[in-house]
Amino acid sequence: MGEVRLMKGNEALAEAAIRAGVDAYFGYPITPQSEVIEYLSREATKRTGMLVLQAESEIGAINMIYGAAGCGKKAMSTSSSPGISLMQEGLSYIASAELPCLVANINRGGPGLGTIQPAQGDYFQAVKGGGHGDYRLLVLAPYNVQEMADFVKLGFELAFKYRNPVMILADGALGQMMEKVELPPQEPRVHIEYPWATTGKPKDGPRRVITSLHIEPEKMEEINLRLQAKYKKMEEEEVRYQAKNLEDAEYIFTAFGLVSRIALKAMDLGRQKGYKIGWIRPITLFPFPKKIFAEVSEKVKGILDVEMNSGQMVEDVKLAVCGNTRVEFYGRMGGVIPTPDEILAYFEKMFIKGE
Amino acid sequence: MTHESVFSGFGGQGVLTMGMILGYAAIFEGKEVTWMPSYGPEMRGGTANCITIVSDEMISSPIISKFDTVVALNQPSIDKFEKAVKPGGNFIYDTTTTLRHPTRQDINIYNLPAGDITVELKNTKVLNMVMLGAFLKITNVVKIESIWKGLEAMLPERYHKLIPLNQEAFMRGYNTVTAYKPVLV
Amino acid sequence: MEPENVDVMVEDIVTPENLVYRKPSTLIDVEFHYCPGCGHSTVHKIFMEVVEEMGIQNDMIGVAPVGCSVFAYHYLDVDMQQAPHGRACAVATGIKRMLPDKYVFTYQGDGDLAAIGGNETLHAANRGENILVIFINNAIYGMTSGQMAPTTIEGMVTTTSPYGREVKTMGYPLKFGELIAPLPGVAYVTRQSVHTVQNVRRAKKALQRALEYQKMGLGFCLVEIVSNCPSNWKMTPIESNKYVQNVLIPFYPLGDIKVPEVKK
Repeated sequence: MGEVRLMKGNEALAEAAIRAGVDAYFGYPITPQSEVIEYLSREATKRTGMLVLQAESEIGAINMIYGAAGCGKKAMSTSSSPGISLMQEGLSYIASAELPCLVANINRGGPGLGTIQPAQGDYFQAVKGGGHGDYRLLVLAPYNVQEMADFVKLGFELAFKYRNPVMILADGALGQMMEKVELPPQEPRVHIEYPWATTGKPKDGPRRVITSLHIEPEKMEEINLRLQAKYKKMEEEEVRYQAKNLEDAEYIFTAFGLVSRIALKAMDLGRQKGYKIGWIRPITLFPFPKKIFAEVSEKVKGILDVEMNSGQMVEDVKLAVCGNTRVEFYGRMGGVIPTPDEILAYFEKMFIKGE
Repeated sequence: MTHESVFSGFGGQGVLTMGMILGYAAIFEGKEVTWMPSYGPEMRGGTANCITIVSDEMISSPIISKFDTVVALNQPSIDKFEKAVKPGGNFIYDTTTTLRHPTRQDINIYNLPAGDITVELKNTKVLNMVMLGAFLKITNVVKIESIWKGLEAMLPERYHKLIPLNQEAFMRGYNTVTAYKPVLV
Repeated sequence: MEPENVDVMVEDIVTPENLVYRKPSTLIDVEFHYCPGCGHSTVHKIFMEVVEEMGIQNDMIGVAPVGCSVFAYHYLDVDMQQAPHGRACAVATGIKRMLPDKYVFTYQGDGDLAAIGGNETLHAANRGENILVIFINNAIYGMTSGQMAPTTIEGMVTTTSPYGREVKTMGYPLKFGELIAPLPGVAYVTRQSVHTVQNVRRAKKALQRALEYQKMGLGFCLVEIVSNCPSNWKMTPIESNKYVQNVLIPFYPLGDIKVPEVKK
């Protein structure tokens, strides 16, 4: 067993970045995730030589990542909703130029300056592209502090495997709360020469150019087709989810991130009352675990999707079940976290009393 | 078993540390724990609190609004959290600077002159340990030995010489806390 | 005439004894997309001459902007990244911090550097990022066809200041070099031009000095080139060079604005 500590999600993510041998962190303070840059400023450089740079803005930060990632380095940032909005331009360029990087969004309530309390209102932004053009981020949704740490290494593995930006979509509570976390071992920082990376023109080969500009429509379409093929491959190979009690389930509760824990508790309470409820938690939000929803939709009476937003992931659930079963939504917004009792009451109102 | 508590007081009184020591103690006993601080502008103006949940099973939400036990280290916390105790739950507070005492009839109320005890101990910084001792006496959420381990894990090595003082403060709170019956007006 | 014969004739003529002019090997041998008479081509050439002479082609990473020189990487035979509009100095920061031993430069126009990218440029300068910024100031937006730039001078006609830039409503032309020169992180700021042979030589020297300062780790270097835009100024190349001389340079005087003290 690795070293066990009681840590905030933000700190666990930062510590995991140091231990994953990340080369550079560029960021700008914003509540509720400033602990990441504070922790790294304190710990990272002296331990691994990792670069930690407070940028002039999130726009600056994401473009520094572009430059560092273009050199084949492991570069990352973290921010919260308004800051992530500022990064959308850069993420679109990074996706198009096919560079690897990791960005975590510790989602707070919006729109606008909103609130600093936890929310999931950035699901669409994270999962459907966010910036301009046809592109996707690979999106991981942790549900506890352990996964806040674990998804850093996984995120970089996926980012380099696909040469695509990866986003960890968490929320303010996961960032601020402390839980038990088992830390991974320290890995060394290693420099790998990638053929695509700009590290100085090779003496025996052509120069490398990292760009997202392709004026000729045919060429740009070709780039788009390549990106789409990559996203298709992600959909085939990278879907991750967790499920419980599907065997005898007549109903399904589904939610991502922190809310999935609350939905799990609601399922337990429901089972105590005799309702046969199962539970599905998407871990990758893109690629979305369509298949499992399609499968269960053939046999359950209904699905209740719970989110801390006005109903965003529920659209993907509906697309996946394709009208095969009834899908209802329960959500809270603005930083309010739903309770297990609330969820169960809504379930009874929609599915049981109506029967 | 799940125990949902909140520790509340002025910033600098060490309320966040109370939750962390309890959290570490729970981890050493193989329990699940979540610790959630107040953050952002809520902290400005002096009050701070942390919700600490200890459980034998996976904890769903780290943010809740009703508690099994409230520990209040100052008057604003007494005023804010009295109504947040579940019926039948516990409310523990320091009487030293209290002008308005809690009045609810449907909860168990306990108090102790924690501030006075720290004066006797010649170190007002251990107020949080006195109150944590009182908390453990009432709730028995973890073993005292686990608290000692939690204290060791929380305190940087250079402060380990202060462990005996913290233990003394904790035991004074543990042994001093008494039940309080609100007087019906 | 048969093409083979032409080849033979060229080889006959271009011999080491006869060679008086050639493109540097560091400049890719393709036709520029720049308009005839535009200063970009000249700056590309002299910069690549410096790179060739210093022998640093394999130790250099450049950042192309958005603007007329967005395709700089079609010509400059070094590793290049193309940055989002205005973000070149942030991208260059990421590169230089990862590869501090390499020469890192950005190549930016006035809109990219001083308008949309003003903040990124200012803060890279203030952090003293050890990079070279080549700043082509032609007082107009070239790629998007002649709109007003932050450096458009008072009274100058553009498509978005069709009656001439009126400073009361449109603001004043921005002298970015003078703006950042006082910052301690900034090592070298100079303003040059390429509208005469003599100025081309001076500009080339300035680019070389800036790269030498980068090697010494002195900090942020800005080489501004006051240049022309015959197409959008609606002038012939010769007229545009005269405009540089008679109108722009009086407002943007040439010469060093800040020079580092170098210990010999």
